Amino acid sequence: MSEKITSPATFIVIFAALLMLTGLTTGIAYVDLGVFNPVVALAIACTKAVLVVLFFMELRHSSRVTKITVGAGLFWFAILIALTLSDYLTRWWPT
Amino acid sequence: MNNVDQPREHYLNADYGIKSWLLTTDHKRIGILYLLLITFFFFIGGAFATVIRLELITPAGDLLTSDTYNKMFTMHGIMMVFFFLIPSVPAVLGNFLVPLMVGAKDLAFPKINLLSWYLLLIGGLITLYSIIAGGVDTGWTFYTPFSTTFSNTHVIGAAVGILIAGFSSIFTGLNFIVTIHRMRAPGLTWFRLPLFLWSNYAAAIIMVLGTPVVAVTLVLVALERVLHIGIFNPALGGDPVLFQHMFWFYSHPAVYIMVLPAMGVVSELISVFSRKSVFGYKFVAFASVAIAVFGFLVWGHHMFVAGISVYSALVFSLLSYLVAVPSAVKVFNWTATLYKGSISYRTPMLYAFGFIGLFTMGGLTGLFTAALGIDVHITDTYFVVAHFHYIMVGGTVMAYLGGMHYWWPKITGRMYPEGWARLSALVIFLGFNLTFFPQFVLGYVGMPRRYHAYPPEFQVLNVMSSAGASILAVGYVLPMVYFLWSLRYGKHAGPNPWGATGLEWQTTSPPPTHNFHETPTVTREPYDYEALPEGGFDA
Amino acid sequence: MTHNESSVLQVPNLQSHFGDMAQQKESASFGMWLFLVTEIMFFGGVFCAYLVARLQHFTGFAAGSNHLDVVVGAINTAVLLTSSFTMVMAVHSAQVGRRRSIIFFLILTLLFGSAFLGIKGYEWHDHWEKHEVPGPAFHFDEPNIAASNAQLFFSFYFAMTGLHALHMVIGAGLLIWMIIKAYGGGITADYHSPVENVGLYWHFVDIVWIFLFPLLYLISRKH
Repeated sequence: MSEKITSPATFIVIFAALLMLTGLTTGIAYVDLGVFNPVVALAIACTKAVLVVLFFMELRHSSRVTKITVGAGLFWFAILIALTLSDYLTRWWPT
Repeated sequence: MNNVDQPREHYLNADYGIKSWLLTTDHKRIGILYLLLITFFFFIGGAFATVIRLELITPAGDLLTSDTYNKMFTMHGIMMVFFFLIPSVPAVLGNFLVPLMVGAKDLAFPKINLLSWYLLLIGGLITLYSIIAGGVDTGWTFYTPFSTTFSNTHVIGAAVGILIAGFSSIFTGLNFIVTIHRMRAPGLTWFRLPLFLWSNYAAAIIMVLGTPVVAVTLVLVALERVLHIGIFNPALGGDPVLFQHMFWFYSHPAVYIMVLPAMGVVSELISVFSRKSVFGYKFVAFASVAIAVFGFLVWGHHMFVAGISVYSALVFSLLSYLVAVPSAVKVFNWTATLYKGSISYRTPMLYAFGFIGLFTMGGLTGLFTAALGIDVHITDTYFVVAHFHYIMVGGTVMAYLGGMHYWWPKITGRMYPEGWARLSALVIFLGFNLTFFPQFVLGYVGMPRRYHAYPPEFQVLNVMSSAGASILAVGYVLPMVYFLWSLRYGKHAGPNPWGATGLEWQTTSPPPTHNFHETPTVTREPYDYEALPEGGFDA
Repeated sequence: MTHNESSVLQVPNLQSHFGDMAQQKESASFGMWLFLVTEIMFFGGVFCAYLVARLQHFTGFAAGSNHLDVVVGAINTAVLLTSSFTMVMAVHSAQVGRRRSIIFFLILTLLFGSAFLGIKGYEWHDHWEKHEVPGPAFHFDEPNIAASNAQLFFSFYFAMTGLHALHMVIGAGLLIWMIIKAYGGGITADYHSPVENVGLYWHFVDIVWIFLFPLLYLISRKH
């Protein structure tokens, strides 16, 4: 089978990075960044998720169809959030 | 084509006994299991419709109490939407035809296909239990906080039943997508696929991406009802409009699940019965995917008067106009296909014509409702009821029946009786219009939906509608009778009684269990009628 | 005799409706990814509801969130990440065909996953003791916070962690199935897509938690 096998060393590096990012997000929650606290928290979570998807789930070695499928899933989730928020965030705009 | 060319062994006689059916993984047998199941559910939904139309013959609410009437329209909607329309074309015709049309032996995941059927069965039985135990009265839309807090009916049972049926739909969609991507026969490129496959592919995308949202919404409704948490209850800080956003995020695209496969059937029928390639094949293919994508962007048009922001309403209204464009493209392309075609008026074609006319009316009236100013007046009236019945019944059900007639010889090896079939199609068309056209007028003059009593001046139109419903019922029963009759007495059908293109017609009628004795190779474009040995057909 | 009948005799694990193992493997993997996309939308729905409720009742949500134990939550996050690490090691072992390593790492994954559930159970019990479970026993007494809004936060907390825990339990079942399969020699270097696909599912459940942790535990901790 001609599959690309990722080495355990890579996995250990990614695992370490995930743990560090967990520590980072926990610590930075106690620092006052104003409105950016949730932004930073989500950014760190997204980074961790990307690491898991690309390396642990090996999406970087997967077919184009698979990558597009994952992209589509994220895009559709974004539609749900964006259009729902388009109602709530504009409720009190002047008419 | 020798008409009496019956194969000795095929998927129907390959194995006998109830276990060989209930434990089958053959997609063709599963398609038939679905046919039986959804026909059963159709009768139940139809029974509720009968009671509704009986009550509405008179202006006074004299047949049922208002609470009971609420249960009638709720259960009519639930059974018809979730347990009949959504499975209909994909689960019956799609399951049967997708592997045949791609030249494969089965779907990608045959055991999951069987699981899908059992999930629909179990979901249906749980919902039936809720009905028998006393019913549900929230409307098929389950609006909160009535459904979560105030209703005293079996909401959780119905919600759980629908939730399970939703997973049936998700797994069917998943199976179709993987099959069409990965199991096409050699030479069968994407743009050689029959348009039925493009439509089912687009519908499968919706099933996979939309259904999970309504699933989790129903979970939250059930949790809220049991544990009295307040996600959707304003008295506890929750938001009923949030429920509507989440519910309609699926339930609007759901109507495209219902209509896209039906459009796929129509593409096939229009082509074969004008003996012409579908005009603008690529446009029709892309329009199917466009409908699936755009269909997810318009759900707010069900909420124009619910209290959403007017800016959001404007956006949803505009997007709702855009989603009509690909549907219109398809209607124009079907019409252009007819031009200079060699047209035959066989029963499937009659249903296809019916679809085009009635779907167009339903679609155009959808545009009326998509306009904010008009919708303020016609929302929650019979205008909307007529609009969606034109699409669901005038559209989907007609296409489903057209497809059942067209592929009946392939599924059973028998022809249906053409005379009776044409008569039934006519009865259905007349009954349908008599039932639902008056409802446009009723809605316009102000009769609200979901009321069992109405002002006396609306009675004439209501009586017309109820009369039409009785005719429509006759029209639906006739095919059931003659289809059953044909199993025993129908003329034997050869492999290709219609002289159609497509891989399903290159195997016997009925097909062998593994569909093809040898994996076919595709070298021609779709709808290439010139390439067939004979010009016409002799079915 | 058709091409396919003879290959069934020669290729173990090849299902009869597929042409060859490559098609079967690709289809299985694609199918699992598609299923995970449905899970994105499933959890996505409740995340959307959470987002709206948080926007509408931020102070109540912040107050509720501050009642969660960040240290326990962070430790649990680390536990689950570790289980994902052992899961990739199990898949790697399958790719190189080391049967005992496969079983070892799958068991470790199951242990860490169970530890996660145990810690979660401890947290839930703790909330119950403190009257933080929504329902008739709920009690939240803080100045300037409407108890109903804090209860709304806890409703989301239990609904979301509950759905997540349910998925973990299903994952545990899948792991047990894989352990049994590997023990019987059913997972080899030539045929290991079941373990890979269970791995995909496990990592997805981990990702859901990666988002749940900051969204539930880290709201407005900056005091």
